[in-house]
Amino acid sequence: MKNLSAWERITIARSQNRLKALDLIPYLFDHFVEFHGDRLYGDDRALVGGLGSFEGQAVTVLAQSKGRNLEENLSCNFGMLHPEGYRKAMRLAKQAEKFNRPIITIIDTAGAYPGKEAEERGQAEAIAQCLRLFAQIKVPVIAMVLSEGGSGGALALSVANKIYMLENAVYSILSPEGFASILWKDETRAKEAAELMECTAFDLHAKAFIDRIIEEADQGLEANPLHSIVQIKDAIRQDLSALKKMKLNVMLEQRYQKFRKMGSQL
Amino acid sequence: MNVNLPFHKRKERLNLFQTLFGKKKNIKVSSSEMNIEMCPHCSTAIESQALKAQQYVCAQCNHHFPLSAYERIDAHFDADSFIEIYAKANSNQLSSFPDYLNKLTKYKKQTDLNEAVVVGTARIANQKVALAIMDSRFMMGSMGQIVGEKITRIIELADRRKYPLIIFTASGGARMQEGILSLVQMAKTSAALERFHQNKGLYISILTHPTTGGVSASFAMLGDIIVAEPKALIGFAGRRVIEKTLQEQLPEDFQSAEFLKAKGFVDKIVHRGSLRTFLIQILKLHSTEVKV
Repeated sequence: MKNLSAWERITIARSQNRLKALDLIPYLFDHFVEFHGDRLYGDDRALVGGLGSFEGQAVTVLAQSKGRNLEENLSCNFGMLHPEGYRKAMRLAKQAEKFNRPIITIIDTAGAYPGKEAEERGQAEAIAQCLRLFAQIKVPVIAMVLSEGGSGGALALSVANKIYMLENAVYSILSPEGFASILWKDETRAKEAAELMECTAFDLHAKAFIDRIIEEADQGLEANPLHSIVQIKDAIRQDLSALKKMKLNVMLEQRYQKFRKMGSQL
Repeated sequence: MNVNLPFHKRKERLNLFQTLFGKKKNIKVSSSEMNIEMCPHCSTAIESQALKAQQYVCAQCNHHFPLSAYERIDAHFDADSFIEIYAKANSNQLSSFPDYLNKLTKYKKQTDLNEAVVVGTARIANQKVALAIMDSRFMMGSMGQIVGEKITRIIELADRRKYPLIIFTASGGARMQEGILSLVQMAKTSAALERFHQNKGLYISILTHPTTGGVSASFAMLGDIIVAEPKALIGFAGRRVIEKTLQEQLPEDFQSAEFLKAKGFVDKIVHRGSLRTFLIQILKLHSTEVKV
């Protein structure tokens, strides 16, 4: 499947049939228990957070959740988080730090929700605080881009020691529609924009933003999820084991440098 | 808008300001010594010299005209105390995105800047500070790798030398032409600020018009003290995007500095004319021995 265009991958990543975070969680984690609420305002259904066991080890899971149908999507706002989603993620990340368990994030969002109430409740502040908190949280963090990584809303949960991307996932500074609309004042040229944006897993691996590409089966992720699940489990097992062997300051420095090095020439 | 510039240059810069920030209005510039500028908010005619003396604030309606980075330094910091660093850093080699190099060249010519942020050290009432000032005339103050790197390095300098850090933000967000490496500057600058924070550094963030997108969702919102200029536009998503999503018109004051303050995201709105005094007061209150 390596010869697909960026737009073809975007189409796959966004498709309704594609595996969503809630489908993936039971494959990866046993005894998953979801926890609700940010303790400040409400419970954002676009961010599913909780506690589970990865091969016998307790981990905190923070997943951006898109729906598989309209009803689910109305409940989870099509995977677009409000500030309370980011604040729930921060609350659970601090809890993970307290009990010294690693954090696994799953990223699948078109972006943070651009709404009136989201602005009133401080979308920008919530994302900024998330970026800052994850930079120094004292447990290993692994981020996995399942399908769509849109803008700052995805980045807020990507400050990790290791980032994986599924083969057909995409990650970009803004949507191709937004890109085309700014560049050519024409949203319908999104397909053209996509090819310029360097947003595929292969592009981002070349730029050292991501560490691993998780291959998808030729017949598609949803037809044969185990093909990818096995690789994800191997990757998490290896990386967690290595990160847990590091001294705390070395582990934190590794995460810090991963981002510090990006675009560091003057 | 320095009045010592030759007439044609002044007019050029005024026109640029108008196209970037103002409603489209013809600026009346007579050929005599008397130069008149129009307030884009209340349409009052203001004589240039007077406007400069008022620090580019309309006396009638309090509209804060946009300032260039160097005008802000002149307005708020001790005379001749600013030492700029990384002034030559530019983004020419960073992306082969179509037309990007041409755009950079155009903005360099128009602004006399190499990038959308100016960083360095300065003094204010003799107190040394580390300073970053964004300039929205340069490609809407967008943050690419150089902007992110300059800001990160000035945070690191403030951390090393134990200087208070002051950042003036003015930005439309991350710079799309540099793709993901622009976006990650949000994480890089926030991580550097977290280290500065853990080492007890003082960071004052000053939000000016406009502060949106990836800049508002990173270092702009992470100040120990967050100050805004009156009526500055501050937000995450653009107004048009929100209106399109919700299919409704937003109130006029939506995402204004005053709105943000009412919602609890800004400590104080400070008139440009009072900012220097305000900063001196805050810095004194953070020194080990308070002598206000």
